[in-house]
Amino acid sequence: MKTYKDYMLFNKLPHTWCAGCSDGIVLQAIPDVFAELGWDKHTIALVSGIGCFGRVDDFLDINCMHVTHGRAIPTATGIALANPDLHVVVTMGDGDGTTIGGNHLIHAARRNINLTAIIANNYIYGQTGGQYSGTTPLGSITATSPYGHVEPGFDICGLAAAAGASYVARAVPGNPRQLRKLIKEGFLTKGFALIEVMVDCPIQYGRMNKQGDAYAMLKHKLDVSVPVEKAKLMTEEELEGMIITGCFVNKPRTDYYTEYKKIIDKLSLGGA
Amino acid sequence: MPVGNNVQFIEGNVAVVHGAIAAGARFYAGYPISPSSEIAESSAKELPKHGGMYVQMEDEISSIAALLGASVAGKKAYTATSGPGFSLMQENIGLGVMSEIPVVIINVQRCGPSTAAATKPAQGDIMQARWGTHGDHGIIALSPSSAQDCYDLIVTAFNLSEKYRVPTIFLMDEIIGHLRESVTLREIKPSEIINRKQPEKGISQQELKTYCYDGNLPGPMPPFGDPNFLSRTTGSTHNEKGEFCVTPEYIHKSTLFLTEKIEKNCEDITITRSYNLDNAEVAFISFGCSARSSLDAMEMLRSRGVKVGLLQLITIWPMPEKQIRDVLSRVKTIVVPEMNLGQLAGEIRKLNDYGCDIIQANRVDGVLISPQDILNAMEVRSL
Repeated sequence: MKTYKDYMLFNKLPHTWCAGCSDGIVLQAIPDVFAELGWDKHTIALVSGIGCFGRVDDFLDINCMHVTHGRAIPTATGIALANPDLHVVVTMGDGDGTTIGGNHLIHAARRNINLTAIIANNYIYGQTGGQYSGTTPLGSITATSPYGHVEPGFDICGLAAAAGASYVARAVPGNPRQLRKLIKEGFLTKGFALIEVMVDCPIQYGRMNKQGDAYAMLKHKLDVSVPVEKAKLMTEEELEGMIITGCFVNKPRTDYYTEYKKIIDKLSLGGA
Repeated sequence: MPVGNNVQFIEGNVAVVHGAIAAGARFYAGYPISPSSEIAESSAKELPKHGGMYVQMEDEISSIAALLGASVAGKKAYTATSGPGFSLMQENIGLGVMSEIPVVIINVQRCGPSTAAATKPAQGDIMQARWGTHGDHGIIALSPSSAQDCYDLIVTAFNLSEKYRVPTIFLMDEIIGHLRESVTLREIKPSEIINRKQPEKGISQQELKTYCYDGNLPGPMPPFGDPNFLSRTTGSTHNEKGEFCVTPEYIHKSTLFLTEKIEKNCEDITITRSYNLDNAEVAFISFGCSARSSLDAMEMLRSRGVKVGLLQLITIWPMPEKQIRDVLSRVKTIVVPEMNLGQLAGEIRKLNDYGCDIIQANRVDGVLISPQDILNAMEVRSL
């Protein structure tokens, strides 16, 4: 019976994240699900970009590719199309996944590339010192919005769903059981799957916005989380300030590789 | 794959696709752009017939990202673009250099900067090919001057890319891309193909070093999905196992290695063609479409009794320094025809320890430099 330890590089610990950061909760959840599914580590390819959560690959004993800022998804697209037998996982933050890399996210979802994107959304560019990202909420105080942020943030799940993703879900780090369940469902989806995790950044975001310490942030997100089924019965006013969690989309459709392979097979039979 | 020899009347942009497939390429990711689009179209048509895959990405940044991913998963991968797209690719070309990932990037050069005259020829990306991405590094760039070259030399480009684990630039131009000529799609034998090195037999995961900084050749590169080996690549400075390692020692030795694996293998990488250089007093040094005009200009002058020769550079980067110095040491006058304002001429001046008179023959109006343009440049200079 495998455990998450079979996929970890313990000699690379302790990790580089700040005390109170919830990226570590997501880090452990990923190999936990590998173990639950019993995946051979040689069949897993993880691609990460640049940012706090982009450092996930440092600690995992699987095939890893650490790439440029924002370009993890298109790089993973190449891997997924070159070897359809690989389980392709992409780990990114909100900057990587939806700000500099937002265009790649929507196109990979539309193309339905067979990969699982795990986006740790902490509302901030943590690694570069706390500047605002594409998901930073309106009014937030950040290093580059010292008088309050004047833009609204992206709804990552809404974006992925509208772009045609096969599977879309959101979790909070305070509910690790649900997090594992959603990651597992994403991994088992043949097509583009996205799991957004509302991680806490007490240092760069929480402190500036008076959200308390790491425990307070973790607990707050758990307290305001509403299961997607329950949220359907609530009004917009009732949902103000709440985080809807769970699976939003689970509608598998034929992925790019499978669709393209039909052409290859037809041509090799002398079809054109 | 073509069996035996098959002669077709095709343009360079189509010949290069046949050559890439003959070289073993099975993955293309790209974004259409004039004057390279026929390469995308031809790849979309031909690749699936050979079990390969074509994907049209949302931009050139993602195109090269997908190439790097496909290559790491074991495929020979290529793309085609032109100046603006080539600019967008530069950051990830650096990732390919740093992570030592073989890919081939075809740049069918056009006028620049920006949109300029988008469909017109130029040779202005010599320096972008060399220094487009940031930081010290080595790079390989080849330049074909015929449709046949496009077929033959793209095979060489893949071979060099695989051998040295470096992104390799195939610097075409609009003239050569759209020039229709008879091309022999000769069968490429397995012995003519170089594939990236694999781990030696019997080696364990613990012993495997996918990056080597000691010699001048890269380490083995098992693909993601290899049943025996895990591997990792990163754009950060890394140790021999590809693990993040940004100590001054590793930053220093990896920077030197990435430069020297190209520079110290210059003799293996550089290809040139010599015409009438043995008794020449004047030598043309040129490449790509300008080399064709140079050949004609050479014939015109030789018929008038002027002893002119031509050194054609196939390898642009690394610069064939030895061959250029050999010519510089034997002639009095060098003429450098090129469709830019002197990007190659500047490199030749750097090597001119021999007191040669260096004449530039340039044309940057989107019209092919003619033999007469070259003669005019020489006459103006001699007045």
